[in-house]
Amino acid sequence: MREAAATPAWVLLAYLISGVCFILALRGLSGPESSRRGNYTGMVGMAIAVGTTLAVHQVASIAEIAGAMLIGGGIGLITARKIQMTAMPQLVAAFHSLVGMAAVLVGAAAFLNPGAFGILDPARQILQVSRVEMGLGVAIGAITFSGSVIAFLKLNGNMSGKPILLPLRHVINLSTLAAILGLIAYFTQDQAPWVFFTVAGLSFAIGFLLIIPIGGADMPVVISMLNSYSGWAAAAMGFTLHNSAMIITGALVGSSGAILSYIMCRAMNRSFISVIAGGFGGVSASADAAAIDRPYKRGSAEDAAFLMKQADQVIIVPGYGMAVSQAQHALKEMADKLKAEGVRIKYAIHPVAGRMPGHMNVLLAEANVPYDEVFELEDINSEFAQTDVAFVIGANDVTNPAAKTDKSSPIYGMPVLDVEKARTVLFVKRSMGGVGYAGVDNELFYRDNTMMLLADAKKMVEEIVKALG
Amino acid sequence: MDFVSILSIFVLACFVGYYVVWSVTPALHTPLMSVTNAISSVIVVGALIAAAAAGSASSKWLGLVAVALASVNIFGGFAVTARMLAMYKKKERRDA
Repeated sequence: MREAAATPAWVLLAYLISGVCFILALRGLSGPESSRRGNYTGMVGMAIAVGTTLAVHQVASIAEIAGAMLIGGGIGLITARKIQMTAMPQLVAAFHSLVGMAAVLVGAAAFLNPGAFGILDPARQILQVSRVEMGLGVAIGAITFSGSVIAFLKLNGNMSGKPILLPLRHVINLSTLAAILGLIAYFTQDQAPWVFFTVAGLSFAIGFLLIIPIGGADMPVVISMLNSYSGWAAAAMGFTLHNSAMIITGALVGSSGAILSYIMCRAMNRSFISVIAGGFGGVSASADAAAIDRPYKRGSAEDAAFLMKQADQVIIVPGYGMAVSQAQHALKEMADKLKAEGVRIKYAIHPVAGRMPGHMNVLLAEANVPYDEVFELEDINSEFAQTDVAFVIGANDVTNPAAKTDKSSPIYGMPVLDVEKARTVLFVKRSMGGVGYAGVDNELFYRDNTMMLLADAKKMVEEIVKALG
Repeated sequence: MDFVSILSIFVLACFVGYYVVWSVTPALHTPLMSVTNAISSVIVVGALIAAAAAGSASSKWLGLVAVALASVNIFGGFAVTARMLAMYKKKERRDA
C-alpha cells in the first residue's frame, strides 16, 4: 500500500486516460464508420498503459520482456491475418482462454512476489483485502481459461457439440463452487501456498465441468459469458494492483459480455440459468421419425432461379449452415445477378444465427454485402408479408412457426422470422432427415408455399447462379 | 488509492459499460467481442510488473509467460478487429 500511495499523479492520470480510450473504442462500435477510429483509439489506450507501466517500474529484464512481446505479438498478428471469418467463434474462444491464463499467471506472480506489487502490510504479510481480490481474480481467470478451452474444442469440432451429462453434475458443480469460495475466505486467515494453489486447481476443474454439459447450439451464450468472465478477471486483478485502467476495462468487458449473454438468451427465449444448467440440444429421435412421412414440395435450382427472377423483393435469411458450407460469396454473386434483373434484395438476420453474436453480419461483410442491405429481426419482420420470395439458407429453428403457435414445442416463445408470410419460401437444406439444433421438426417444410431445395448450401446457390445465366 | 475510491471507479465503469454496450449496433457484435478481448489484455500491466521486478525468479518467469500470452491477444485482437471492420462497406452509389 505504501508503494501504491507513492505513485506519482501523472501515472494515475495516464492509466485513467488509457481507460477512457477503451471506453471510446467501444463507443465507436455504434456505427461501422466510427468503429474503425474507435479501434485505433483502443490501440492508443493499450500503448499508453504499457508505456506507463514500463516507465514507472525499474525494469530489470527489458530484453526478456521485449522477447516475450515479440513472440506473443507475432503469433497474434499471423493468426489474425490467416484466420477464416467462419472460424471467428473458435478464435474468440481461444483468445478468451489466453486472457484467463494470463490472469492466473499474474495472480500467481503477485502471490510469489507480493513486494513488487506493493500489497504487503507492515508485518510483511499480504494485505487481507488483496488476498480476497487475488483469490477471486485467479478463480475467475482459471474458470475463463478451462471453460474457453472446452468452448474452443466444441466450436472447432475437436469435441462433439452434443452436451455431455455427468451424473450428479449439479451437486458436484455447486459443491466445488462452495469449496472455492470457502477457501478464498480461509485464504484471508492463512496465506499458505496450498490454499492459493487449491483455489486455482479447483477453478480450472469447475471451468471444464461447467461448459462440458452445454450443447453446441448454446455456444453464442457461452462465448458471451466467457467474454464477460475474462473482463471480471481483469477487473479483480486491477483491484489487486490498484490500477484504474484495468478496473475500467474489466468493468467494460464484464458488462459487455453480460449484455451479449442477455441478448442471446432473450433471442432464444431461454433463461440464463437453464443455459448454464446445460443439456439442451440433445436430438430427440421421435421428432425425426415423425417427420419422414409428410409430403413436401421439392424444387430445382432452375425453379428457384425462375421464381426469384420474377420477384420484386427477395429476403435472404442466412444461418449457421451458410457458414459451414462457406456459401456467402456464392450468395453475394446470386444477389448481384438478381439485382441486375431489377430485384430488391435484403438480408434478415436473427440474433442467434451462427455460433456467436453478429457472426452472420461479419460473413456477409466479408462477401462484400453492403451493410445497409442487412437488417435485424425486429426491423424486417413486418416486411415478409409484402415479399415475394424468402430465401432461407442454412437457418432452421429461427424460422420455425411452431415457436409462435405450438405451446408444447421446446422453442415456443422464441422470437422467429416470419418467413412463412412471404408469397414463396425457398428453403435450402442438405436433406429432409436432419432437424435443427433444438431437435424439433419445422412445420414450414410442409406448407403449400414452401419449396425445398435439397442440396449443400454452396452447391445449390452456385447452381442457381448458373441458372440465372 | 484506498479501496473505496477503487470501488467507486469500478461501479461507475460498470454503468458506463452498460450504456455504451447497449448503443453498439448488433451488426458489430462480433467485432465488439474481439475488441473487448483485446482490451481486457490490459492485464499485461500486471504481467509487466511481475516480469520487470527483481527478487523472485519464478514470479519473473510467470510474468514473462503472461506478457507473451497477453501480447498474442493484444496484437491478434486489435488486428482481427481492424480486419473485420474494414469489410463493412456501404452500398456503392451508382452515380459515383
